[in-house]
Amino acid sequence: MSADAGETLTARIWRSGPGRFQDFRVPRRANQTVLDVVTWIQRRLDPTLGYRFACRVGMCGSCAMTVNGVPRWTCRTRVERAAPGGEALEIAPLRNLPPIKDLAVDMTPLFERWQKALGRFVPPVEQGNDFVVVPPATPARRAADAGIECIGCGVCHAACDLAAADVEYLGPAALNRAWTLVNDARDGAQLARIAAVAAAGGAFACHSHQNCQAHCPKGLNPTAAISGLKRMAALGSRP
Amino acid sequence: MSEARLFLLQRGSAAVLGLCVAVHLVTLVLAVQAGLSAEAILGRTRGQFGWLVFYGLFAAAAAVHAPIGLRAVLRETAGWKGQGADLALLAFGALLLAAGWRAAWAVFA
Ligand code: SF4
Ligand code: FES
Repeated sequence: MSADAGETLTARIWRSGPGRFQDFRVPRRANQTVLDVVTWIQRRLDPTLGYRFACRVGMCGSCAMTVNGVPRWTCRTRVERAAPGGEALEIAPLRNLPPIKDLAVDMTPLFERWQKALGRFVPPVEQGNDFVVVPPATPARRAADAGIECIGCGVCHAACDLAAADVEYLGPAALNRAWTLVNDARDGAQLARIAAVAAAGGAFACHSHQNCQAHCPKGLNPTAAISGLKRMAALGSRP
Repeated sequence: MSEARLFLLQRGSAAVLGLCVAVHLVTLVLAVQAGLSAEAILGRTRGQFGWLVFYGLFAAAAAVHAPIGLRAVLRETAGWKGQGADLALLAFGALLLAAGWRAAWAVFA
């Protein structure tokens, strides 16, 4: 992309105060990211703009927003990718989570669902005398590895139509996390976790629309994880 | 009934329905192409236990499958869930079963 001096782009930014989009003109730069645009506006044009980021390198999961209708991690999304051909950039908060201000949403309900799905490691009560050996090539370990790189960005949750329709649905992020743990031989809460994900509003509610895996910036497949949970909870089969 | 059991029942009944619908449609097309009248068709099904069992199974699978699917639809679109919804759906399933078996019996008797 050319970085002609003086070339600008239009960014339509959601403002929660008036409840509408506000247009800003921002210099167009080669390889700029959507987060660069938001930061430029907040630093140069309107310091009251609310948004969130931390790492800027795709590790912390705090910068996700809806960009031209698509949930994305903004620090690793280039403007030309989200709005190709000089199209206007439209930036709104993530869907399916309560807005706090402008582009920032409250992630609490997401992490509450993780807890509800028992998406945390639980040490066994009876610690054996020796370490549990986990060979990397076992099917269970591979299944866990496939979902382990989640950064908790909430993009999948925002992409999920079932999460939009049913506020009790645990959602793809929480269930994906639970799947990594049910495949962890060291964990001590397997039965409780299976019960948690098999309850109403859990894995069996998923319609396998696969919007989560289509949008996950880490390329994970929560739908596959949820299918695995269904098989495990309904048939007792393990990977 | 657990969500897991409902899930299995819905998948299992879907498999039965798939087979039944295929057999039903093929039979239908063959009967129409042969130019059979309703009278002639009934003449061939009456007293045939095979058709009674087939349509009885068809109706039972539909009565199991439909309420479970409707349960998710009601939950997601109308927010109706819990025991009240489950009882209503059970009644709906019973209605489907009664109507289906009545029709199967009419083809047999
Ligand atoms: S599964 Fe993917 S989209 Fe969902 S929270 Fe984790 S990294 Fe984000
Ligand atoms: S700012 Fe950390 S993932 Fe985008």
